[in-house]
Amino acid sequence: MNNSRYVARSTAIAARALGDETMVMSAASSTLFTLDEVASVIWEAADGVTPLDEIVANKICAQYDIAPEVALKDAEALVENLAEHGILLLSDQPLARSSSSRRES
Amino acid sequence: MPSVTAVAQSSSVVVEIGGLPIRLRCDNPAFLLQIEERYAGYVGSSNDAAFDFEIELAPSGSVSNDEDVRVTWDSGRWLMQRGDFRAEWNPSTARGRIQQTSNPYSLDSVLRIVHTLLLAREGGFLLHASSAIRNGRAFLFSGVSGAGKTTMARLAPPDAALLTDEISYVTWRDGRYSAVGTPFFGELARVGENLQAPIEALYLLAKGSENKIEPIVGADAVRGLLGNILFFARDPEFVKLVFDSALYFVKHIPVRRLTFVPDTSVWELIV
Repeated sequence: MNNSRYVARSTAIAARALGDETMVMSAASSTLFTLDEVASVIWEAADGVTPLDEIVANKICAQYDIAPEVALKDAEALVENLAEHGILLLSDQPLARSSSSRRES
Repeated sequence: MPSVTAVAQSSSVVVEIGGLPIRLRCDNPAFLLQIEERYAGYVGSSNDAAFDFEIELAPSGSVSNDEDVRVTWDSGRWLMQRGDFRAEWNPSTARGRIQQTSNPYSLDSVLRIVHTLLLAREGGFLLHASSAIRNGRAFLFSGVSGAGKTTMARLAPPDAALLTDEISYVTWRDGRYSAVGTPFFGELARVGENLQAPIEALYLLAKGSENKIEPIVGADAVRGLLGNILFFARDPEFVKLVFDSALYFVKHIPVRRLTFVPDTSVWELIV
């Protein structure tokens, strides 16, 4: 049985890397989030098709001195929190990402 | 014998803030006069308006107490709504309509929203900040209500030209950031001088027991700035524009914490 979870960045956000951190602003609430270095790695890797446990194994545990089970638990808590705020999409299935249309404001 | 005089009455007033002339049309001459008085110093020529709004005055009884501003994009128009006004604006035709009571401060709110939308296209924004020009350079003093925006304006020395004590107008034009005077005032109840100058620094205000300035960089600077930018439209593309503008501003303009004792000595640091 495949228990993998998939994460994708919402299109209803604005995000920019600033040094090792990433600043993310929700379009819905204008709430600003600052992701630290490790959270930024997960954010960058959240392409909707790479399972979260694979991201943790390849991007977190490979770079940082942290036990895999601890890293996965922390990553799950992080993505659930970001998903609650609508800036990250979380699913048991791979996620296809849509793009929004441009217009003149 | 009484004389007969013909009084030519215009049916519109052009209010030009930040170099963006907006024509306001209304069939009520008394209200137009109120607008002229409210925006004295910012009333421009009626021949060069880039944007056009028709104002329809509604009975005062139609006002609700809803204080939440809602700005949404729908079918090619921006829709703006609060208890005391309802407005729409079509950017492609540069025309809009406003339904409001005869309170000119309802119009004030609509103009603030329209200017945030216009400025976002060019990398500028409106900021909760007082601002002043000294020695040819503009200084912004930002913070939440009670932080000291009006206090800094009140304490400004005679050689400082006050642009606003409440809402600063920040433009990104010709490769530089400038602060522009606005008629949007706070407790000081004084229209800012219609001047502009390149921005020297943004100060985030904090009251304290001594005057001191500390640099703020990176995410802290962006957070401090974004927390004070006027945000109305909960729209992904608009949010991205403002977000990018904030990051770009922080890259180009020093952001500092200004802790100050509320007396004139604080202006000795602002040079």
